Amino acid sequence: MSELTKKHPIVRMFHVYKRYGAKNALADVSLDIDFNEWVFVTGPSGAGKSTLLKLMYRGETVSEGQILVDGSNLIRVPQGQVPMLRRKFGVIFQDFKLIQTKTAYENVALVLEVAGLKPQLVRKKAQNVLRQAGMEDKMNQYPPSLSGGEQQRVAVARAIVGDPKIILADEPTGSLDSRSAAIIMDLLKGYQSRGATIIIATHDKEILSRTNQRIIYLENGRVMDHGMRTDVERNE
Amino acid sequence: MKDMADNLFITLVTIMTIALSILIASAGGLLFVNAGDVMNGWKKGIRIMAYITPETRESDVAGLRETLAKMSGVRDVRFISRQEGLESLKAQMKRQMSLIDNLDINPLPDAFEIFMNPEEQTFEKIETLAARVSALDSVDDVEYGQAWIGRFTQVFNLFKFIGITMGILFFMVTVFIISNTIRLALYSRRDEIQIMRLVGATDGFIQVPSYIAGLIQGAVGGMVGLIALYIGYLAISANIEKNFSSYVIHIRFLPWNVVLGIIVYSVFVGWLGCFLSLRQFLKNN
Repeated sequence: MSELTKKHPIVRMFHVYKRYGAKNALADVSLDIDFNEWVFVTGPSGAGKSTLLKLMYRGETVSEGQILVDGSNLIRVPQGQVPMLRRKFGVIFQDFKLIQTKTAYENVALVLEVAGLKPQLVRKKAQNVLRQAGMEDKMNQYPPSLSGGEQQRVAVARAIVGDPKIILADEPTGSLDSRSAAIIMDLLKGYQSRGATIIIATHDKEILSRTNQRIIYLENGRVMDHGMRTDVERNE
Repeated sequence: MKDMADNLFITLVTIMTIALSILIASAGGLLFVNAGDVMNGWKKGIRIMAYITPETRESDVAGLRETLAKMSGVRDVRFISRQEGLESLKAQMKRQMSLIDNLDINPLPDAFEIFMNPEEQTFEKIETLAARVSALDSVDDVEYGQAWIGRFTQVFNLFKFIGITMGILFFMVTVFIISNTIRLALYSRRDEIQIMRLVGATDGFIQVPSYIAGLIQGAVGGMVGLIALYIGYLAISANIEKNFSSYVIHIRFLPWNVVLGIIVYSVFVGWLGCFLSLRQFLKNN
């Protein structure tokens, strides 16, 4: 980790706890994620990977501790400002979470409409991103008529179209074949090269085995280890 | 509009719910308007009879007439001479004619028949006018059907109270049904709304299309309900005119201002139902 990135964390967590009743989904999690960093969050099912991501975009609120995102303390962000906070993120899910009654284009354009962009700019940007995702021929199709890989490409297009600073991907390749998974990872790499931070929760061993990026390993809601692949693998 | 088309079934259910609620409520209104007409017709028959003292000279009668006509609330005054009164009594008592024929003298006094302005015909105003007429020196006695006017007014007020209570109840029931139907529509869009929030949509961005849909559904539902009521009205009024033509029963449809009021009301109800369900839905989801 270079001195420069160390000094510029975009996500900071301080002794974060998330409880559901008596159960700790996350316990005493402290970590920094730097600008333009690519981080994998891994661990067994129920380790707290998805919860960790949800806390970052305030899909859930912390039970204890503090989270800073791009300088904002999430506890102090009023409810009315949460939509603005979420526009800093592009979120990708294993089950795509596309609106089934909207076309691929409409799903992507929604992000820009929500942000209040002019219709001409919405059209230009949405079409451009769908083209980058290789979906220009299918932008007027509805999600049910697309394959899983195509739906995830639309979801990636939706995640990056608003130029967010952070991409959160929760098992983005979990339901895809290896070829589709590779396309998704390439799209995300392309977006990282434009300065974004990428945080991916996955237990896809194939992807983890090929990476030379930082891996945060969670177990029972605690950070058991974090570092480069070899270190984490050794501890696993 | 696209959202409404995407959720066509729920949209149609909402419109039909509003239409049925409006149909029932406005049918009550139609009944109220026509029953009110009948009651107003009866009220027009209300008059005060002022019987004149025998000492009153013929030359004073014109002055008395003028005094009565100038009194507040009086629409018309008609003089009924004692002779005319007797003729009228004879006409009404044909079967007991022998009783009247045996009279040596005409026992009836001269009288004035006083008609009031329809808008002044409250029980209290009739009583007040009767008291003022009675206080005149030349007036011996007044008669205005004290007992039945009181009862009639009570019935009319009860009728009004029931109408207003029913209106409020229907309003509450309609809002309840519509807000639940709209909530059903929102639940069918729950995933979509959650995705919209995920990509940074404000509650306003989510609410506006639903409000517009609520207003449109309210207006369309109101118009459908009124059209159904009008068709029902045409069928019933044609039937009544055919079978009861000898009784002067004239049924009229709701006046235009009431029709407009019902449409505004249904639009408001559509919006209110939407507002209530959205507020709760966005709080819980």
